[in-house]
Amino acid sequence: MSTSYLRPGLPAPVPSDLDRPYWEGLREERLLIQRCKRCARFQWGPEWICHRCLNLDLGWTEVEARGFIYSHQRVWHPVHPALRGQGPYVIVLVTIAHADDVRVVGNLLGDPLQELVIGAEVQGVFEHHAEADPGYSLLQWRYAN
Amino acid sequence: MTPRSLRGRAAIVGLGETEYFKRGQSPHTEFKLALEAIINACADAGIHPREIDGFASYSNDRSDPSRIAAALGCKELRFANMQWGGGGGGGSAAIGNAAAAIMSGMAECVVVFRALAQGQHGRYGQGTAVPDVDGHAAHTVPYGLLSPAHMFVMKYRRFMVEHGVRQEALRAIAMASYAHAQENPRAVMYGRPLDEQTYDDSRWIVEPWHLYDCCLENDGAAAMVLVSGERARDFPHPACYLLAAVAGSQYRAGAPVHNTPDYATASFKTVAPRLYAMARMGPADIDVLQSYENFTGGVLMSIVEHGFCTPAEANDFFVLDNLLAPDGQLPLNTSGGNLAECYMHGLGLNLEAVRQIRRTSTAQVPRAEVSMVISGPMVTPVSSCIFGSEATL
Repeated sequence: MSTSYLRPGLPAPVPSDLDRPYWEGLREERLLIQRCKRCARFQWGPEWICHRCLNLDLGWTEVEARGFIYSHQRVWHPVHPALRGQGPYVIVLVTIAHADDVRVVGNLLGDPLQELVIGAEVQGVFEHHAEADPGYSLLQWRYAN
Repeated sequence: MTPRSLRGRAAIVGLGETEYFKRGQSPHTEFKLALEAIINACADAGIHPREIDGFASYSNDRSDPSRIAAALGCKELRFANMQWGGGGGGGSAAIGNAAAAIMSGMAECVVVFRALAQGQHGRYGQGTAVPDVDGHAAHTVPYGLLSPAHMFVMKYRRFMVEHGVRQEALRAIAMASYAHAQENPRAVMYGRPLDEQTYDDSRWIVEPWHLYDCCLENDGAAAMVLVSGERARDFPHPACYLLAAVAGSQYRAGAPVHNTPDYATASFKTVAPRLYAMARMGPADIDVLQSYENFTGGVLMSIVEHGFCTPAEANDFFVLDNLLAPDGQLPLNTSGGNLAECYMHGLGLNLEAVRQIRRTSTAQVPRAEVSMVISGPMVTPVSSCIFGSEATL
């Protein structure tokens, strides 16, 4: 019995030299976002350069996994064999206000038919795939209390 | 005429297509389909294929121009051009690139083409079959964000909510394509009309897009022949001049993992003003529009961004009667387009726009003098172009 939101079998994320600290952070239940060491601004997705000041020396800063739904989708048609029998599922785009409004993609936990509200506050939930080899973790979301 | 404009400097003198097949049903390889479309375009132009000296395509078309030129016995190859970017965003851009090569003297006779055999090379509508993903895809794919519909629908959902656009607006776009396809025997959906009830009852692919909001997947090829504007009258069909073709996208449109600052857009906000400036025209001058339907929501945002209506007017503008040939306010996708004629990565829309100027469409707009194409909304770069009759020069 899997405890993951989506059925097992989707492609697993593989860390690269560009985003390894992010994936290692999720395994420790920490959200690390790329941050410029010179202008101190956050950016996402990860890139080799700060798009604001063009500094090539970027670091990682832990931020609280809270945000707001910027947009959403409820998927019905399965386009991957692993999702056959899944039924509808929800993907959200979440703005992290305290990290310069970067956006991250995740699933919205709970009833897949629940109302989806742009602007609603959401709380991060770390979803560990320890059974995978190598293991990895995802960052999911639920409506904040 | 300003020296730094494509306006009137090149013309489309030949159109060619293969038969259009449902995906996987082409009896021919993708390369053979490309050859057939190009040969047909040359026959339409009344030229021998050996006269072609340039090729332009987009979306990483797999049919290599050098192999085509060798296969067709082209006397000389001068121009082999690929517009970067995926999806159909490069359709009108490839025409612009071909025209630029001609007006700059780099080539004389350029073919723009696109060939697809999704049976041979895999389907766009299916997710990746690999066991793992890295790079930017690692931040979306494990969450089930897999297909083009998933990549784009959150842009449209945000737009729809911000502006209060109703589902009926999307339905009108889908029904316009299907209505026009019923006039077009070449259309894959010829003989298969769509009514409101069928649309409403159709399954969701991803909310708010029903099955009929999503493009087809097809096998086939399309091609057009371009020469200089000066030579355009020397060919069998009425000349169709390129009045403008531009490509691009807004600031950081390609920011990874859905982080482009202006998110809820079809990517035409910087492109459309340059298009109209080059054509020296505005939305009121456009007689008929072909607007790329990967998904109907992208059509709606594209048309708004090209100035045909404001977001607040969308519910009133996107009603079926407004979108139908011959006398709607803005006849849209008059061949059936990507939803109902064929998904040839949108190049079929450009061919149809030329047919409107030639007055040979199966859903002809009377007195059509100016014809626009919007290519590949929501990707980056996107492109659009305007064609005109000789009277518009």
